[in-house]
Amino acid sequence: MPSFKSLIPAVAAAVLLAGSAYAGDLVKYKVVEYGIPKSLTGKAGDPEAGEKAFVNRKLGNCLACHQVTKLSAHPFHGEIGPSLDGVAERYEEPQLRLQVVNAKEINPDTIMPGFYRTEGLHLVSDKFKGKPILTAQEVEDVVAYLKTLK
Amino acid sequence: MKTNWNRITLIATACAVCIGVFATSANATDWGPYQVDDRRSGYTYMTDESRAMQVDSFQNPGMIWVEQGAELWTETNGKAGKSCASCHGEAAETMKGVAARYPVYDEKAKKLQNVETQINTCLEKNMQAEPYKWESKEMLSMTSFINNQSLGMPVNVKIDGPAAEWFEKGKAFYYERRGQLDMACKHCHEDNAGGIIRANTLSQGQSNGFPTYRLKWQKVGSLHRRFRGCNSQVRADRFGYGADEYLALELYVKWRGRGLPIEAPSVRN
Ligand code: HEC
Ligand code: HEC
Repeated sequence: MPSFKSLIPAVAAAVLLAGSAYAGDLVKYKVVEYGIPKSLTGKAGDPEAGEKAFVNRKLGNCLACHQVTKLSAHPFHGEIGPSLDGVAERYEEPQLRLQVVNAKEINPDTIMPGFYRTEGLHLVSDKFKGKPILTAQEVEDVVAYLKTLK
Repeated sequence: MKTNWNRITLIATACAVCIGVFATSANATDWGPYQVDDRRSGYTYMTDESRAMQVDSFQNPGMIWVEQGAELWTETNGKAGKSCASCHGEAAETMKGVAARYPVYDEKAKKLQNVETQINTCLEKNMQAEPYKWESKEMLSMTSFINNQSLGMPVNVKIDGPAAEWFEKGKAFYYERRGQLDMACKHCHEDNAGGIIRANTLSQGQSNGFPTYRLKWQKVGSLHRRFRGCNSQVRADRFGYGADEYLALELYVKWRGRGLPIEAPSVRN
């Protein structure tokens, strides 16, 4: 046991050296009535940055499955998920946040990935192991962008 | 005769409209042998151009691999001084049906054998030759040639007896979420077949067309290459070519396409 404890500073140092955006654990959040009421960063996100993360194939890649009329300048909107036109009128911010963070809490069988989770995943390739798809900041930006879809 | 059939089809169609079975557009198209019950070949999800390219053997770019395979078939290789033809004679006769019934459980090897691993077993054991590398020109040519001998034959794999254990493992793989995107095969190929994901139309992920000439690859590729690609897409661990995990998955996926015609080499986007 003592030897295990002495490892902790070393691990922390390694994380700092790696300069990872996800130093240690993910931000903890609380689910209330199928939503996450509090911002993961404690601040409102930036909708413009959110639009970029939404479209970017290496980040949200949300257009892989969803359609958004306002983004018709971008080619190839998928049709696996519903159109997100007017989504801000159908849902409150807490629900949108949970849908992005971990859609499986709403529909366990969904194909939609949980964008901010690392627990309970299997066989993740080394490159992505222990990392969420989006950072807390990116999640908040995407949520801010979704709120513009009225 | 012909008029009769047309009339029957017309009546049947009219009835279908009356009862309102027209819920899905799949009912509107008769895919012939490319559909068996609700199982549809990847062929039925392709563009008309790709389909025309596949069925015309002069246009099908995969036929080059078939021709190369035909040459390898009669070439002497290895210390035993034999060719495939030394043991198997005319491939048109002896290889007919192989693609339809493989993978099979091999009592001697005590494992599942697919066409690639069988080829390598023959090379090593019977010919005392070097095995082919999985995605090499030689392997792709030989599998294209062998599988092409079963063109049009319905998929019919054995899943009982000692194969049952492999089948169950393959099935578990198919339904297990994996990778950072946390998706199982079934999320794309069962729940969303026919749906559009970015620029791709998802098919049922059937295996009857392999090896397949993929326009994106600009060459023929194996089923295990496709498995690796689908695993990567969801940012999951990939297994090695010929790994037990993929052999088991191959048996299960092949069974999902039971009755579909062997199309090797198929043309896919
Ligand atoms: C692989 C497919 C896929 C991807 C990628 C995806 N979604 Fe979804 N999404 C779905 C599906 C399917 C649903 C329907 C509900 C369900 O399955 O739980 C959905 C539902 C939603 C909803 C609720 C919409 C409604 O009207 O009910 C929102 C909001 C949403 N997604 C946002 C996003 C955002 C933002 C991203 C990217 C950061 C994203 N989705 C990426 C498949 C996807
Ligand atoms: C994120 C979505 C996705 C997942 C998950 C996925 N695939 Fe695919 N798969 C595709 C796409 C896109 C294609 C190319 C279009 C098509 O044929 O469906 C494809 C093609 C295939 C094909 C070729 C079909 C043909 O007719 O040539 C096979 C076989 C296949 N997938 C099997 C699998 C298996 C087995 C798994 C699970 C290990 C899997 N896929 C998981 C997206 C996916």
